[in-house]
Amino acid sequence: MQQNNLDEIETYHGEEAVTESSVTTPTHAIDLGSIVKSGVEANIADENVCIEVSNFNLFYGEKQALKDISMKIPEKKVTAFIGPSGCGKSTLLRCFNRMNDLIDSVTIEGNIKLEGQNIYDKNVNVADLRRRVGMVFQKPNPFPKSIYENVAYGLRIQGIKDRRTIDTVVEKSLRGAALWDEVKDRLDDLAMGLSGGQQQRLVIARAIAIEPEVILLDEPASALDPISTLKIEELIYELKDKFTIVIVTHNMQQAARVSDYTAYMYLGEMIEFNDTSTLFTNPNEKMTEDYITGRYG
Amino acid sequence: MSYGAINQHISKQFDDELENVRGKVLAMGGLVEQQLNNALKSLIDGDMELATSVIETEVQVNTYEVTIDQECTKILARRQPAASDLRLVMAITKTITDLERVGDEAEKIAKMGLELTDKQGPKSYYISINAMGNLVSRMLHDALDAFARMDSKNAVEVAGKEPESDDQYSAILRQLITYMMEDTRNISGALDAIWTVRALERIGDHARNICENVIYLVEGKDVRHISLQQMEDIVSDND
Repeated sequence: MQQNNLDEIETYHGEEAVTESSVTTPTHAIDLGSIVKSGVEANIADENVCIEVSNFNLFYGEKQALKDISMKIPEKKVTAFIGPSGCGKSTLLRCFNRMNDLIDSVTIEGNIKLEGQNIYDKNVNVADLRRRVGMVFQKPNPFPKSIYENVAYGLRIQGIKDRRTIDTVVEKSLRGAALWDEVKDRLDDLAMGLSGGQQQRLVIARAIAIEPEVILLDEPASALDPISTLKIEELIYELKDKFTIVIVTHNMQQAARVSDYTAYMYLGEMIEFNDTSTLFTNPNEKMTEDYITGRYG
Repeated sequence: MSYGAINQHISKQFDDELENVRGKVLAMGGLVEQQLNNALKSLIDGDMELATSVIETEVQVNTYEVTIDQECTKILARRQPAASDLRLVMAITKTITDLERVGDEAEKIAKMGLELTDKQGPKSYYISINAMGNLVSRMLHDALDAFARMDSKNAVEVAGKEPESDDQYSAILRQLITYMMEDTRNISGALDAIWTVRALERIGDHARNICENVIYLVEGKDVRHISLQQMEDIVSDND
């Protein structure tokens, strides 16, 4: 599908909301307001809330990329964001560790709370926030260092020097990322020598080495072959025991396979946030139905 | 969530595949319906030729079942359907199982027809069997119609007639018991007749199952094993 290609290019440049929204024909957008209010909330009454988004708006200059988003992301579950290019899912994901701070034209309204604390408060230390909320991108981005040093990096910048502590954490993280058995005999090799799938797992190992609370995954498997993709998905399943995971994916089947909750977004609005099995068998909203069954557009 | 039109996918090929398999289900339904009507007619009229043709049609019905199942498997493997598309495929695989069994029951009725034409004894209960047969045949027809139109309201209505066929079944049973008590020579024929009404009663159940599949497909709610009242509530709630 053409949409996919467009998005790949765009996510790669990291500016999806700006470029794409104007291209999408807003056929569904006519009475969004009334539709959106009805079926948005997932029933997460039994879950602990990890991230709470309240009336959140985001603008790239004049252009509004996120419109009045409110949602609760449950702790130690996998929450997936799906939606067509330019719907704001990556933008929303990046708000969770304030990656959007890096773009000058961005202004926000509303708040996002992590464990009850507003991450956009003035006294929040952004470096500390990003330690608590790790991120993995579409393209694996290992540092041009050894496998070992990639994983140890986070610890070193925290000032940890004890070799034995670092050794333990590196092994534990690599095991956690299901990579240990493949690399244990060549920890000093350059990370760039690993395959794409291995690099992606290495990046995940690097993320979990500093024991974050949340891991954000932005299209983590879209540059990988099907087997590596399955390994990443299996890893996501294992990681949710310890971490809250939020994943943006273009692959609806992937969202259906790995997530507990799924949010469907369209043109910056949260159309439906629902239990994954409900969303994929009997969605509440016609727009969700049209998108997941391939009738969209 | 109401059922979306089949023919609106971005992939026209997927539209075609779904439309094709749905068309086959309706063709299979038509064949089974015809089989039932002919079976009844052959029984009432003692038409042995017609009864034989009903029995022979069974092969065609079985072929439909196998082909449709294969196509559904192919769609699941290749398209990974979601939401209403997924429910359509699920509803189809269940519906054709019911249809195939209706075919089996029709075949039984035709075989009883062959047996009964040779037998002595009163045939007055044929009127009741015919009445029940008409009711059940109507139910099957309307259930298939609801499926073709994806009409959950009609489906509830048709499912609501199932108790009526149960009542008729009990009434005919009592009637047949009376015949058997009057004259033991009637027993053999009455037993065959019992198998026939039993087959009709089962067809009524299958028609109801088909209606439940339609409701699942349209409303996204599983309405098996619940009361008719609850079923009505679910369908009217979703308006």
